[in-house]
Amino acid sequence: MRIGIVCPYTWEVPGGVQAHVRDLAEALIADGHYVSVIAPAGEDAPLEQYVVSAGRAVPVPYNGSVARLAFGFLSAGRVRKWIREGRFDVLHVHEPAVPSLGLIACWVARGPIVATFHASYERSRAMSVAAPMLQSALEKITGRIAVSDAARKTLVEHLGGDAVLIPNGVTVARYTDAEPLPGWGPDGGVVGFLGRMDEPRKGLPVLLSAFEILAEDRPGLRLLIAGPGDAADVLERVPKRFHDRVRLLGMVSEADKVRAYHSVDVFCAPNLGGESFGIVLTEAMSAGAPILASDIPAFRRVLGDGQAGALFETGNPEALAEEAARLLDDPALRAKLSDEARHAVRKYDWSTVARDVLRVYETVTDAAAGVVEDDAP
Amino acid sequence: MTTTVLILVVGVLVVLTAVYISWRAGRLDRLHIRLETAHAALDASLLRRAAVCLELAGSRLLDPATSLVLAASAHEARTAGPDEREHAESDLSGTLRAVVDQERFREKLAEHPAGPALLEELDAAVAKVVYSRRFYNNAVDVTRTAQRRWLARSLRLAGHTEYPRFFEIDDAPPAAFAAE
Repeated sequence: MRIGIVCPYTWEVPGGVQAHVRDLAEALIADGHYVSVIAPAGEDAPLEQYVVSAGRAVPVPYNGSVARLAFGFLSAGRVRKWIREGRFDVLHVHEPAVPSLGLIACWVARGPIVATFHASYERSRAMSVAAPMLQSALEKITGRIAVSDAARKTLVEHLGGDAVLIPNGVTVARYTDAEPLPGWGPDGGVVGFLGRMDEPRKGLPVLLSAFEILAEDRPGLRLLIAGPGDAADVLERVPKRFHDRVRLLGMVSEADKVRAYHSVDVFCAPNLGGESFGIVLTEAMSAGAPILASDIPAFRRVLGDGQAGALFETGNPEALAEEAARLLDDPALRAKLSDEARHAVRKYDWSTVARDVLRVYETVTDAAAGVVEDDAP
Repeated sequence: MTTTVLILVVGVLVVLTAVYISWRAGRLDRLHIRLETAHAALDASLLRRAAVCLELAGSRLLDPATSLVLAASAHEARTAGPDEREHAESDLSGTLRAVVDQERFREKLAEHPAGPALLEELDAAVAKVVYSRRFYNNAVDVTRTAQRRWLARSLRLAGHTEYPRFFEIDDAPPAAFAAE
């Protein structure tokens, strides 16, 4: 199949949508399809072979903050040319409700168009003005995908109509093997955490309280924390005598993140809510870390009701401490959870997700000719 | 004799003072009226700019992404409360620069029959925002100085009128307009 994918945000800037498009494109290419991605990019940005630049994105105030977007005649001209030359069977646009390349692509193309909606917001003033303007472009979309329940809800509320749910994937192979960080490594006493330290919903304070309960009786217990935030604020919550047993890595590189997953005996995700999917959890599962997570619906679902990782009552440090003690005392249980996690995460692997996306492509291309330029947009 | 002169002198002084105070009060009153007029003009020019932006966004002359960026920004500016207005209007100025300063914007718009007229209207609306804001801030400055005078403060000549605020926004026009 010849597939054209449109990414609305600057390619070389890290972001959720960009990562999604990259992983999807690479999974589809690995599956033997022809894929071309068009995205805004800086002039000298290094681009993969399958990426075409649509020119630079411009910073503009949009929806309450400054966003870098690609719009205008120049961008439209480039997308038009790309569509004409690409002769795609299907066009896959991302975030078509954002005033950037995705929306432009809907405008200049005709034929089987699939759109993926990523963002979710409570209420957007921009969207309420936008809805009628988007209508004619969005009506061309034949298949709609939402990456989360929240994104789907946003779509239904702001634009009307429904979408199929296909969550983000995780590239399992990227996490499978890694050396533990020096001085760490599963030694029966390492508990790990990854996420923003200063974001209350990530639940780090719950873990810190539980650590205090456990550390007293377990001299070998150590805490490994990775993620951005103020270290002093975190240490303030831990009694002084335990400070040398808490290690704060701060922001870590992608490679060190993988190594961190391999350095722990128990990976803890004490989130209090607000997580729609739990990408961190699927990464830890790919690395085969034994997981202890709070009992929020998203985590319960990913962990198969506790099959692939232990659950504890959300927000309760005593419950966390009790479950953590059970895991730390039982190497066989940890090994079992690790195996189960590696097995369960396969369903979230990009190869699986790409297969689902491909089914959507097949559904919309079934009785249609390919994608062509729209002469009268 | 001397008593009469004294009474006369005091009487003249009182009258002169009264005339002076009433003259100052009258001036302050005129300044307040000028300030209100300037404010109304500023408000009208801002609303007009937002309206022209919305018209351009809805005109189908632009691609939908540009339309959406412009419409969202104009809508924010038009509906902003008093506390957010300066921020929202500055944002609209920024958006306008990003939109109008696209490469070949004028040529592209000229391809449509309605394009040049709309662009002309936008140019005028943008310029009038700059002018009316300058005039309003001048009026604020003069009124503030007058209100701060010792006499005006001690006799409360300004009455219950509020101490006027400057309207501070980024209203730099798009380079394509400024260059003309």
